[in-house]
Amino acid sequence: MLKFISQRVLMAVPVLLLVSLFTFLLLDLLPGDAAVAIAGENATEEQIALTRERLGLDSPFLERFWNWVSSAAQGDLGTSLYTGQSVTEAIGERLPVTASLGLVALLMAVVVAIPLGAIAATRPGSLADRVVISATSLAMAVPPFVLGLVLVVVFAIQLQFLPATGYTAIAEEGLWGWLSHLILPAIAVAGIMAAELARQTRGALLDALSQSYVRTAKARGLRPPTVVGKHALKNAATPIVTVLALQIGHVLGAAVTVEFVFAIPGFGSLAVNAVNLRDVPLIQGVVFVSALVVLAANLLADVVYGYLNPKLRV
Amino acid sequence: MQMAVENPEPLLEVTGLSVEFRTERGWTKVLDDVGFSLGRGRTLALVGESGSGKTVTSLAVMGLLPPRGSRLVGSVRLDGRELVGMPESKLIETRGRDIGMIFQEPRRSLNPAFTVGEQIAEVVRRHDGLSRKDAWSRAVEMLDAVQIPEAARRARHYPHEFSGGMCQRVMLAGALVCRPQLLIADEPTTALDVTVQARMLKLMNDLQADSDLSILFITHDLAVVSEMADDVAVMYAGQLVEQAPIDELLVRPQHPYTAGLLASSPDVQGTVERMRHIPGSVPAVGNWPSGCRFHPRCEYARGGQCDSDPAVLLQVGRGRLSRCLRTSELTLQGVQT
Repeated sequence: MLKFISQRVLMAVPVLLLVSLFTFLLLDLLPGDAAVAIAGENATEEQIALTRERLGLDSPFLERFWNWVSSAAQGDLGTSLYTGQSVTEAIGERLPVTASLGLVALLMAVVVAIPLGAIAATRPGSLADRVVISATSLAMAVPPFVLGLVLVVVFAIQLQFLPATGYTAIAEEGLWGWLSHLILPAIAVAGIMAAELARQTRGALLDALSQSYVRTAKARGLRPPTVVGKHALKNAATPIVTVLALQIGHVLGAAVTVEFVFAIPGFGSLAVNAVNLRDVPLIQGVVFVSALVVLAANLLADVVYGYLNPKLRV
Repeated sequence: MQMAVENPEPLLEVTGLSVEFRTERGWTKVLDDVGFSLGRGRTLALVGESGSGKTVTSLAVMGLLPPRGSRLVGSVRLDGRELVGMPESKLIETRGRDIGMIFQEPRRSLNPAFTVGEQIAEVVRRHDGLSRKDAWSRAVEMLDAVQIPEAARRARHYPHEFSGGMCQRVMLAGALVCRPQLLIADEPTTALDVTVQARMLKLMNDLQADSDLSILFITHDLAVVSEMADDVAVMYAGQLVEQAPIDELLVRPQHPYTAGLLASSPDVQGTVERMRHIPGSVPAVGNWPSGCRFHPRCEYARGGQCDSDPAVLLQVGRGRLSRCLRTSELTLQGVQT
């Protein structure tokens, strides 16, 4: 198992390199650069050139890329062009916020979607099944920020159940303070995830329930919850885990808009600000860490596959 | 088998069992007035081609027919208790505890995601309420009883680490671990090699000799029947067409379909040269001919009688039944023994 994981970690290195290279290239091709913005509106050509030199933007592309890679390998992702803060530090501040949001959303999605999928799969063609199918179709059509706005209007402004904006760490205002700020944005992020997860669960369970081993389990008098929740679900779990791993990337994407709606100082809003300001090192860092998160999620999924499917174990 | 004490009341008694399935064209009858009885410690073979209703019969006995897609009339009595109409909450207790079942494709019948030991132990935990540890030792004992070498170690292995024959023995262990009185074996050796098949049949016979187990053995293979069964019930197109003790059936079949099956079975006939086949094929469900359902394929069929008169099950000797309209006129060829 350790060998498997270290192999996968090694395989992640070229992927990270490629992702970084592409971001670097794209940022280089972008019209206008940070020097123009930083030097100010009334700056002369000379001042801009000086700023460029100060920021190291005038050295050759490959040199800049190499410098970045070698310091990134040591955990140093550079310095923000605007705040002067270390990029690693900035991300370190923001990522836990988005991770909280993502985790709560993921948990919500799993807790809602898997029972819904199971209910639908065990009664194919029934009213419950059709309700689940229609509801998930609808949920998939609603973008997270729209759902977020609706939630704010209804639960925060009209009913005043929960705060509309902001974020507090557990250390500051305790568990409830932390959670109360996350519930609405997490629902907004979880909507599409839950819908896709419920559909995948339904399909995978339907397939598993038609297998001979399910007939065996029934013939041995095992109770329906055991037949579905143990025998069928463990076999259906592989595609469900795949979707879950893909959803990690989705969380990062949804965070961008949802954090904006709820004014959450997370990773998504950091990314938006960085792009707006053409803060090249920060953008580079954000993309790098996003890739890292997605790769880690996939590695985790691969490890779980081995648990679910004994045939894959080495 | 013959040594078993004769108990006047059979363990399993099926009477007037009819099953209909819901199809696009409405309810279609797939099983028509099937009845048989199985004595304690005895083996009844249910024989017929695919589509004759053998498997539906076994699922009906288990109460495992889809509740919404099928309906059933008749009676299934196990050890004096009526199973038809029994609430699911009580029926579920009989499955695995009073009735064990094994299937045609052993590997696919085992769950690939759990160890074989777990798949046996969970049945014990479910029905006998044993602790995890005790259930596991019961599972290992049972694996040993079905001749899995190094049972304690192998119990922790997964189905894909076993051969097909071993998988079927694991299935047998799971089916018998709660010591049921009845084992339903639905084509248990069809997917196995001949040598593996012989070992499996011997194992079943041995396990039966050690207990009071009754076996409902479903197969299309008359060679297997001659090794396993005490009695045979032959099915055709959803009906029982002949029932007899195995020795009598082999020597003197009373229904042309049985005679045809015997003539087309190479292992029973001994040589391929003597083998014949029954022309045509089993009519599709819902498309059964009038009169005797076998008449379009029967070499003895007589127009104006076999194609119109309803064929009923007739007593044709002690413990013998036949659904042939001309059974009294015919002398059918069996197998020389």
